[in-house]
Amino acid sequence: MIRIGDSSPGNTELDLTTRIAGVTFKNPVVMASGTFGFGKEYARYYDVNELGGISGKGLTLHPKAGNQGTRVYETASGMLNSVGLENPGVAAFLDKECAYWETLDTVRIVNLGGNTFEDYVAGAELIQKDADARGRKAVDMIELNISCPNVKEGGIAFGIRTCDARELVRAVRRATKLPLSVKLSPNAEDIADMALMCQEEGADAVSLINTISGMKIDVRRRRSVFNNLYAGLSGPAIKPIALRMVHQVAKRVEIPIIGMGGISSATDIIEFIMAGAAVVQVGTYNFMNMRAGHDLLRDLRQFMIEENIASLDEIRGIV
Amino acid sequence: MGTVISNERLADNVYHLRVSGDYGGEMGQFYMLRAWGAYPVLSRPLSIHQVGDGEIDFLYHVVGEGTELFAQLTPGDSIQLEGPFGSGFPAVTGRVALVGGGIGIAPLLYCSRELPGCDVYLGFSREPFRTEAFRPYAAKLSVDVGGLILDSVDFAEYDHIFVCGPHPMLKAAQLKGIAAATSGSSVNVYLSLENRMACGIGACLVCSVSCKDGQRKACADGPVFLAEEVIFHD
Repeated sequence: MIRIGDSSPGNTELDLTTRIAGVTFKNPVVMASGTFGFGKEYARYYDVNELGGISGKGLTLHPKAGNQGTRVYETASGMLNSVGLENPGVAAFLDKECAYWETLDTVRIVNLGGNTFEDYVAGAELIQKDADARGRKAVDMIELNISCPNVKEGGIAFGIRTCDARELVRAVRRATKLPLSVKLSPNAEDIADMALMCQEEGADAVSLINTISGMKIDVRRRRSVFNNLYAGLSGPAIKPIALRMVHQVAKRVEIPIIGMGGISSATDIIEFIMAGAAVVQVGTYNFMNMRAGHDLLRDLRQFMIEENIASLDEIRGIV
Repeated sequence: MGTVISNERLADNVYHLRVSGDYGGEMGQFYMLRAWGAYPVLSRPLSIHQVGDGEIDFLYHVVGEGTELFAQLTPGDSIQLEGPFGSGFPAVTGRVALVGGGIGIAPLLYCSRELPGCDVYLGFSREPFRTEAFRPYAAKLSVDVGGLILDSVDFAEYDHIFVCGPHPMLKAAQLKGIAAATSGSSVNVYLSLENRMACGIGACLVCSVSCKDGQRKACADGPVFLAEEVIFHD
């Protein structure tokens, strides 16, 4: 229960909590992978323990330098990014960042990617081993990013065809006892089918949507702005698509949905919850407002008071 | 929120923005600015031109949607500033040269104030701007139009050289620094890099810079780097 201060109208008690696979989120505002580092940078600007959770920068088994050339380009109401999963690797994360995560009072989610089946499984095993050693004091959940290119399948992402992703989800599920959410790509052939597969394979939740594949051409240089040709579109531009996909998936699966895509206001959060999301993630909005998490929570509580909503359970999935 | 004092056009597409308020910052640090609500989504990183006495100044070149909106600001308008961010130029002693090319002169005025007695070299492809602002602080002020300003700088004469300018100029400065070191000079060359940014505080990694010891963040580890550390890919 969140106790609203005396200055708030009615001094109402609001329930913003949600549980996913035994993990309690104190509120539905989780910071999205890739936009929030491991939380430390933003902790200088507001108390990140206010947040429902943090999904850390995407990790791979081995360190990655990421893509060369331009990595970001602004678009109408959004942005394209081509970071290419620059990250220190799972082992370095566990070694250097987990001590900080142990101090946090918010749900800590490790986002795990990989270019081969074996790397994903080895990464998950390493995270599990560390969690066992620490007594789960640093990592509460794994978010499996299946949007990475599958090296063996000629670079086609694992997350496009349900049949390609099934074995991966099954193997990672076997490799870890930690709560597992699978992060789905909007580029999947059938995202609801993909989510259903995740449920069948024992995932505890699904996170959606990842960025939408997009492009920007430099007309003077007559080439793509990005060395990698295509890049991932995020921001308010993709919100209607993300919301529709969360809604479609919510109609097909029983497991909780971590919904995201272009959220930049408290009413956006409410929309995702009404579409069926258990909690939401906020990404690009962090770049529009450095204190995004703090401001969204303030506005969310205000909205709940105005609309006489005591608990988000009252409105979850009502549309 | 800051309030615009003035927003003067200095040359073709170059503006001098003055904002009132008690802001701080070190040489070579920057602020993330936005003069709009939600869109464009990203704030714009601008280095500190000068700061103190109840105001902060920026120089910017109009290159796109965001800077076009900056150009429309008039006195009294509000503008949002977050910062100061980044790791700037070091507070050095000894013989110092400041070398700026075009809009790259922006962070050097504050340096010249903090390091009085330095030599200042300013190069422009066409119309020069803000050169007189450096005169009170510079021991020597050298202005070049249409040439290569780095050609005027004898690297062996200095202990520290701060460089900010277009990409080819930074690469050339790196090479001159290496050549000087080979000839026995102990000059330290510092480059202020420019990169597209999103978060501005080291969280999103879109402004990553290749360095000898791996990927570094232009916004948090930089924008100022020792020239010898940077790997230029093009």
